[in-house]
Amino acid sequence: MQWDWSAVGDFMPRFWDGVLVTLEALVLGSLIAFALGLVWAMAQRSPLKAVRWPVTAVTEFIRNTPLLVQLFFLFYVLPEWSVTLSALTTGIIGLGLHYSTYTAEVYRAGIDGVPEGQWEACTALSMPRGRTWSAVILPQAIRRVVPALGNYVIAMLKDSPQIAAIGALEMLGQARQFTATSFQPTEPITVIGIAFIVIAYPASLLTRALERRLVR
Amino acid sequence: MSVEKTPSTAANDASNPAVDGSELIRFDNVTKRYGSNVVLDNLCFDVASGKHVTLIGPSGSGKTTILRLLMTLVKPEEGTIKVAGEYLSHEERNGKLVPAGEKHSREVRKKIGMVFQQFNLFPNMKVLRNITEAPVHVLGLGKDEAEQRARELLEMVGLTDHLDKYPTQLSGGQQQRVAIARALAMRPQVLLLDEVTSALDPELVAGVLDVLRDIAHSTDITMLCVTHEMNFARDISDDVLMFDAGRVIESGSPEKIFSDPEHERTREFLSAVL
Repeated sequence: MQWDWSAVGDFMPRFWDGVLVTLEALVLGSLIAFALGLVWAMAQRSPLKAVRWPVTAVTEFIRNTPLLVQLFFLFYVLPEWSVTLSALTTGIIGLGLHYSTYTAEVYRAGIDGVPEGQWEACTALSMPRGRTWSAVILPQAIRRVVPALGNYVIAMLKDSPQIAAIGALEMLGQARQFTATSFQPTEPITVIGIAFIVIAYPASLLTRALERRLVR
Repeated sequence: MSVEKTPSTAANDASNPAVDGSELIRFDNVTKRYGSNVVLDNLCFDVASGKHVTLIGPSGSGKTTILRLLMTLVKPEEGTIKVAGEYLSHEERNGKLVPAGEKHSREVRKKIGMVFQQFNLFPNMKVLRNITEAPVHVLGLGKDEAEQRARELLEMVGLTDHLDKYPTQLSGGQQQRVAIARALAMRPQVLLLDEVTSALDPELVAGVLDVLRDIAHSTDITMLCVTHEMNFARDISDDVLMFDAGRVIESGSPEKIFSDPEHERTREFLSAVL
């Protein structure tokens, strides 16, 4: 096997396109997963069964079916109902939605970890429900779960190549396209492998630093 | 202050919400069960405005449940509770008594403050904000006014130097005094005290009790107090209620209850704790 630096150079334009798509999917997907997961977790604490049940059903369903199936569903089935989204948008929504069901569990653990006495103190002070959540419960719950959320960002990064299957060419997708014409798989695959580490490792260091700062 | 041993006029009260101006809290035939376990059994009692009433009795006799009912942390299975003439866990709709909505309960509950055994301060807020949070966001006070009120209260509980600290930086006794200030900042008519010294190291108990004595003697706030500190109960109480198995078995002035109890069960209990 020969290492061909010129193949690396030839791959670079495609590589940067792929990096951009990977980062875009990761950042926007994480934001969706963080926000939607919080909505799921709070809904599961609702006093209304009519809210809790459907949310539990939906999140269990999403968590227990493969991401790839969900991506195909969003990309090929939604257009049947005249909802047409670009491959990248579909990929971002798919990743965000899938991971929101995991972050929901993380938030739930954080919320359950806030002592019952905090809720009772809010009741004793007649605080409305919204204020109880925003001023007392969530600030305490979220600081405990930031490290766990960080782990899911890294997991999402590692799942991001799946969006290439619907044509959103992130790093791996670009590498395969390059290989299809150059017949040189070694260089592009090696380059993107390193790129994954370069993105993931600082993220996991950051997660650990946050853990030291926030979890006491 | 009177205790009725037999269920009496509760049914009439529902249709005739006339209020005796002096009675601030009224329990009418209140029953609370957890499963098959009856915690309060057809309980009737009332507390007049400005009185300091202490509930004593063995663990599991239902004392704390009374405070939790007043805080609407639990709801009664039967009977009604009135605070300042208004139903707490019920509300009247078209002349009928129905379980209260969250909004109604919250309005009535604003008249009641509570101090907990475990303090329950908000660890994510500094001392000053622990006290101003509810006055600002529930009563709609301006920030300056709320902080002014908080500073006065902190001075009263002797913690002016600590308003910029987080609760975890304070001792248990200091935290409990902040919790007292936090409850009073809402200007409640009734203060509920749930074994407020039980979680404290022995040497910190006196400071908290001194603050409460001060409040009891210098304000006209009504106090309902569950405690195992019998000397404190003797000091501040106008009335003492002895509970056993979900019922008030004896009530009267502290002198009477502590020196000359009528009931055998009261004598047993007091000889065990005094």
